[in-house]
Amino acid sequence: MRISRTAVVATAVAGLLLGLSACSSSDSGATKLDPNADLSLQTLTVSNWAAYYPEDLAAKFEEKFGTKVTITNHATNEEIMAKLTAGGDSGIDVAFVSGQFAQALAAQGLIENLDKSLIPNEANLVPEAAQLSYDMGNKYSMPYSWGTTGICYRADLMKGNEPTSWNDLLMPKPQYKGKVTMLATERWLMLPAQKSLGYSINTQDEAEMGKVKDLLIKAKSNLLAYDDTTFYERLVSGEAVMVEAWDGWCNYGIAKNKNIKFVVPKEGSDLWADTMVVLKTSKNKEAAHAFINHILDKDVHSWVIDNILYKVPNVPAMEKSLPALVGDFPNMGITPAELLKGEGIVDLGKASALYTRIATEVTAK
Amino acid sequence: MLVHNKLGWLRLPLYGVLVFLYLPISVLIFMSFNASDAPFTWTGFSTKWYAVLFDSPDILEGFKNTLIVAVITTIISIVLGTLLAIGLARYQKSSSLEAIALTPAIFPDLALAIGLLALFTSLHLTLGLHSVVISHALFCMAFVTAIVRGRLAQIDSSLEEAAQDLGDTAIGTFFRVTLPSIKPAIIAGGLLAFTLSLDEFVIAFFTNGPSSPTLPIVIYSMVRFGVSPEINALATVVLLISALIVTIAQRNVKVQDQI
Amino acid sequence: MALAVKSEGRDAIKRRALLSRTLFLVPGLTYITAFMLIPLGFIIAYTFLTRGTYGGIEFIFTFENYTRALDSLYIGVLIKSIFIAAAATVLAFLIGFPVAYAITKLPTNRQNIMLVLIVLPFWTNFLIRTYAWIVLLNTQGFINKGLINMGVISQPLELLYKPSAIVLGLLYAYIPLMILPIYSALVRIDPAMKEAAINLGATPAQAFRQVTLPLALPGVLVGAIFVFVPSVGNFIVPELLGGGKTVMVGNLIRDQFLKARDWPFGSVLALSMVFMLLVLFFVQARVNRRVLGDARA
Repeated sequence: MRISRTAVVATAVAGLLLGLSACSSSDSGATKLDPNADLSLQTLTVSNWAAYYPEDLAAKFEEKFGTKVTITNHATNEEIMAKLTAGGDSGIDVAFVSGQFAQALAAQGLIENLDKSLIPNEANLVPEAAQLSYDMGNKYSMPYSWGTTGICYRADLMKGNEPTSWNDLLMPKPQYKGKVTMLATERWLMLPAQKSLGYSINTQDEAEMGKVKDLLIKAKSNLLAYDDTTFYERLVSGEAVMVEAWDGWCNYGIAKNKNIKFVVPKEGSDLWADTMVVLKTSKNKEAAHAFINHILDKDVHSWVIDNILYKVPNVPAMEKSLPALVGDFPNMGITPAELLKGEGIVDLGKASALYTRIATEVTAK
Repeated sequence: MLVHNKLGWLRLPLYGVLVFLYLPISVLIFMSFNASDAPFTWTGFSTKWYAVLFDSPDILEGFKNTLIVAVITTIISIVLGTLLAIGLARYQKSSSLEAIALTPAIFPDLALAIGLLALFTSLHLTLGLHSVVISHALFCMAFVTAIVRGRLAQIDSSLEEAAQDLGDTAIGTFFRVTLPSIKPAIIAGGLLAFTLSLDEFVIAFFTNGPSSPTLPIVIYSMVRFGVSPEINALATVVLLISALIVTIAQRNVKVQDQI
Repeated sequence: MALAVKSEGRDAIKRRALLSRTLFLVPGLTYITAFMLIPLGFIIAYTFLTRGTYGGIEFIFTFENYTRALDSLYIGVLIKSIFIAAAATVLAFLIGFPVAYAITKLPTNRQNIMLVLIVLPFWTNFLIRTYAWIVLLNTQGFINKGLINMGVISQPLELLYKPSAIVLGLLYAYIPLMILPIYSALVRIDPAMKEAAINLGATPAQAFRQVTLPLALPGVLVGAIFVFVPSVGNFIVPELLGGGKTVMVGNLIRDQFLKARDWPFGSVLALSMVFMLLVLFFVQARVNRRVLGDARA
């Protein structure tokens, strides 16, 4: 018995030493890309949100270029970031991440600057797309979709009380208490309180964030739940009357119930963008660039819009899709100039620990 | 009647638990035949979601991956777990070794998941189904060990000793005497290992690679959008298959002997 | 002649036994060492390291992760998790024990079927099973609609997105794991013991309390561990049935690893769960020794 106990301790110590001596993430030099590479010899693994792309996107790309494409899903930015930053080769070539996370990836040296010569369709982008604060000029990322966050609500259940301010969501009228949801992902959890108090959504000021926390804790007692994904179903079923929502997702609710409306509160909101990045560890960079370029093609991107009901910063694509959609989905008609009035979300660097802590304090109360 | 009269008031908790356990499952099966995908409203009968299910590449891919993992995991668990159980029962009676052998079964899955992820990433191992198999085999093995060990404790070892006294080798004894007597326990353990691996989510979530999700992982990314009826259809199908397997298995193996 | 053969046989048997011991024990134990003990070592190692700016590890030794874990915010989460898991465990026992006892009273072939029925729900996906409760319990769901239609209530009951819903979800997920070990312990009790007690003048109730219950106790403790440990670390049930409004230690750990990417701090929290397991293990071993010791006496 004594032998086995010693053995146990010894192996745990071995594990400890192994852990302490574990090597850091691999390095890789910047590779020169070959514009004439045979794409049928490459394979692509792409990670995107589920239901956030046309179903046969992979198949169509494979048809056109011969590259085998696997699209895998991540549920949140944090999930894909954890995979990409875990060290070593994640096996992913192209990742779809929100802009501020692309910024974080670049800061960690995990993504390379894009070779624009392989992405001629960049010319389709609106000029405003080059002014996104997380990556000015789109050096290491290409925008896939963009929009803003607001309040998605059942106009028929809120007659005469339609929300116009973030406070309507945070401190709802008595008859709406318990029928409100907020987004749970950190940056968007903070947003309504930050805007309501007149702060920047990128603030790192501890005093300001303290006030944000207090307001959010007060708001929590009015909530039905924190919900990132099923909030529009709750509107459709009537379980909720008001939810914090991204504009595109509100459209999914509108598609099911015409009484649902979207509003950007008067205090203003954010400008978010979901982007495409190429991982440094990718061994299929030419195919990756071709994929991104393919998405930015006017017909493909228009097909994306029709499928996911989000706005994209692609001029000819929006021109093609918007007329048919804007009647049913008014928020599709928000112009780039209007979008740019929203505050761009940027990465917080070291301050993200502060936001995580506050998010925990709010949700754990 | 299923229930004997001398149960009396005990019938209440017994029936109650069965109702409790099967209420949500009934809802699942019920809604899998719902004509629309409204989550809470019945809009009419339809089997179309079963057609959608068999047409969903993601779900089928996830199912295939899960089966691969479960089968390989079961094989590894049976081999390692049985050997370990015999070793503990016959050759080295040590309570601390036994404790170590059984710990993986109750080790907090989240802690195990991140420990394994840390190990794999520091070894620069590319994550994939193989890393899930390695992880699953760990705790599945412990369950096989527990069941086989329990069975061995009930079996008289004099048969094996007699065989050895008569000059048989350890390995020969193993194959000719020990193995046949624990066969039911091995089967039960294997079934349990298979079941556990089939539905395991947390460890697979952390140790899997991006391009080969297992079914629970696929379901997790879909469930966050609300359960779609084809998932209900899937759950119903899996339940029917399992009921079938278990019914067949329990004719050969008396479940209550193995617990 | 017979004696000489026997002593030679004994030495050979001893050598073979040593070989066999190695053959049988080494593969399993090596596997456990490699894939449980060493990962545990990693977790312990991480608790003393520092988080890099964007996640990842920096090899700077620190106790900060431990001191941070002692903050009232995290202790509060830990205590809440223990309470919720304990509630689920106690309920599982209160319901599970009578059920296990009832099963032992069934005719043998019926026992088999009952056990199978109890285990079968495990074969549907855990996430889907949990989600089915949302369909049942939410304000627009079946139970509320049913009650309103029957006129029992006029306003829907808010059954979801609170700690009690989490307890229900955990109870539902793990109650079979309480029933099976208790059943196993009950079924192994030698009926002769109970008969002896009754022959010595005990009433059935006394026999139950002084013979059956103590002998079932090891099974109860195993069941308690099987319910408590996964409950305390569960993050799916609090997320789905708690509406994200109740944070349990499982959510906290998951968030540290996925959202905050703070592996060192997450490791401290994970270690606390392992510690809880060890405590329960120790308690169970202690009680086992005492109970089985008494029973043999």
